[in-house]
Amino acid sequence: MSAFLKASWTIAAKDLRSEMRTKEAFNASFAFSLVILVLFSFAFDPSSEELHTIAGGLLWLVFSFAGALVLNRSFARELQNDCLDALISSPAPVSAIFFGKTLANFSLLMIVEIAALGVFAVLYDTHFSKQFFPVVLVMLLGTWGMTVIGTMFSALTVNLRMREMMLPTLVYPMLLPALMAAMTLTSDLMSGTPLGGDNMIWLRVLAGFDFIYTVLAMVFIDIVLLG
Amino acid sequence: MSAAALQIGGVSKYYGDFPALRKIELNIEAGSTVALLGRNGAGKTTLLRIMAGLSKASEGSVRIAGADVRRESTRRRIGVLGHGISLYDELSATENLVLFAKLYSLAEPEKQALAWLERTGLGRVRDGLVREFSRGMRQRLAVARAFIHEPEVLLLDEPFTALDDRAIAVLQSLLGDAHALGRTIVISTHQLKEALGLATHVALIQRGQLAFTGERTQQMVDDTGWLYRTHGDN
Amino acid sequence: MRDKLMFALAAVCAVILSVNFYKIFLVLPDEANQGAIYRIVYMHVPSIFTGFTGFFVALAASGAYLATGKLKYDAFASAVTEVSLAFATIVLATGMIWGRIIWGIWWTWDARLTTMLVCWLIYAGYLMLRRAIDEPTQRARLSAVVSIFGCVDILIVWKSIEWWRTQHPAPVLSVRDGGGMAPGMEAPIYWNWLAFMCLAAILVMVRMRQEQMSNEIDSLRRTAHAY
Repeated sequence: MSAFLKASWTIAAKDLRSEMRTKEAFNASFAFSLVILVLFSFAFDPSSEELHTIAGGLLWLVFSFAGALVLNRSFARELQNDCLDALISSPAPVSAIFFGKTLANFSLLMIVEIAALGVFAVLYDTHFSKQFFPVVLVMLLGTWGMTVIGTMFSALTVNLRMREMMLPTLVYPMLLPALMAAMTLTSDLMSGTPLGGDNMIWLRVLAGFDFIYTVLAMVFIDIVLLG
Repeated sequence: MSAAALQIGGVSKYYGDFPALRKIELNIEAGSTVALLGRNGAGKTTLLRIMAGLSKASEGSVRIAGADVRRESTRRRIGVLGHGISLYDELSATENLVLFAKLYSLAEPEKQALAWLERTGLGRVRDGLVREFSRGMRQRLAVARAFIHEPEVLLLDEPFTALDDRAIAVLQSLLGDAHALGRTIVISTHQLKEALGLATHVALIQRGQLAFTGERTQQMVDDTGWLYRTHGDN
Repeated sequence: MRDKLMFALAAVCAVILSVNFYKIFLVLPDEANQGAIYRIVYMHVPSIFTGFTGFFVALAASGAYLATGKLKYDAFASAVTEVSLAFATIVLATGMIWGRIIWGIWWTWDARLTTMLVCWLIYAGYLMLRRAIDEPTQRARLSAVVSIFGCVDILIVWKSIEWWRTQHPAPVLSVRDGGGMAPGMEAPIYWNWLAFMCLAAILVMVRMRQEQMSNEIDSLRRTAHAY
């Protein structure tokens, strides 16, 4: 178990260090989020009551598009010098390679999302300080689901042509339940409704989704990466 | 630590119905250096990838010192040098070696990394990013990466291709040292001269099948086409 | 043998459909609220059954492939998914026409229709993935994993949309507003379901034969070009 965690951590640290040096995916992701947020305000010019009902939808749209930019690069960066082969032939378990990359992607995405959340709060003049921690909790759960599926499919499509198109095509339909849950919860929280009662079911959907797909991904990653 | 023997038992690999490898039986003695020869498309790389645990055989198995090649303890004893250099462009030479040292659970990864950088003549550029290296430097670093955990079995896929002479010298010296230490080495290659000089045994693959295995003779070194003429079907 | 089976199924299917269509169009009266258009339910609902079961059959076939490595299971999974995609298209088309006639809108986020849409997207993604991979073993392996992930997802989606609908009610495509349908009216749905399953079985068999022949040609081509 500790060998698994150690290997995962080594790989996660490597991915993060690599990304922080170039900042390619991070910059693209953050810039894209900004653009969507700004364009949206021109497109819809929402009043503050309306805004709260659609905040969840808008935010998670931004997060999922930003996510696609980060996740696409995840396994693709291993192709460059045949690095993936070296990782697989090392003693590190294949599931640890996957888990390490998922952790790195998750961290990266959370940073972009928190930054985008800040921009959102400023641009749209929203106040949700009472519900800040629940909003972050929903972000953590939703982003984990997105990252697990995205990293898994990044591994699956790594050697295929049309990779950049295949990844979103496969991933977005799969993410639907998680996105639905996250959007509903976020909108409710932004409107001032606390977590509990009607909402709890969506929290359970998110948690269940995360758990099921983390397990499935760990089980199937071997089959996907070893040909 | 004693070197391990490699047993390839009835290995076949099918892509759909197409047989890339057909019932390969090969026992490689501990301490030998095997030159794996064959034309392009014969199946050398496919076989090496299965030996390295990167690919699963459709039939048969590869065992190293009696244990299946995908087991974690076995993978610790294998070093692989493939077509690509398997190094990260955005990381420095030291960071790359430390990464692999950690993956192979070496004690004192930083110290080992520095030692191998010196050994391959890259000590001065240890903090340089790999993307700034010349091709020869990248090759030498790749060799360091493959050897850093002192593997008992070394699998090299066309390692001499496009190396500059300094890199060739480094690789030959390291392979010679490894052989002296009793390590088992498998080199798949076209460059018969460099490989045959080091080899103790030779295996020829033709159309996915093993056409010839045996000890390397002086005749093979002197007349590098002899093997293909005699045992290949040209 | 296979041909005889196909002809037998085709005969059964033709008989059931002729009897049913006669009944549906000429014998049954118009429904109280909806008028003549309700007859579309006899195409819509059986197609839902047929479209959905495809997922589970494909899941089983994908699992069988991963367990045994025999490509015929993969051919089966692929054929079933394609045929299910066709039936899913029928569900969406009939749903849209029905909705347009009774409420004047082309689309409604009705639970069944939305689930079918996600179903359709996942099936389409699976088939697009197969197009992107040339090598049969890799194609079988990767699409089996996608099939399994997709099937788990559709179960989560189904439940999620039901919960969503209880919180946000919307127009529902149904003939059962009060209680059930009158007894005489329900039977044709089940008969049509049987007929559609026969039709689906025939199509799957035809498609499988095509897939297996194409695999043979592919490996002959590889052999010819390899040496």
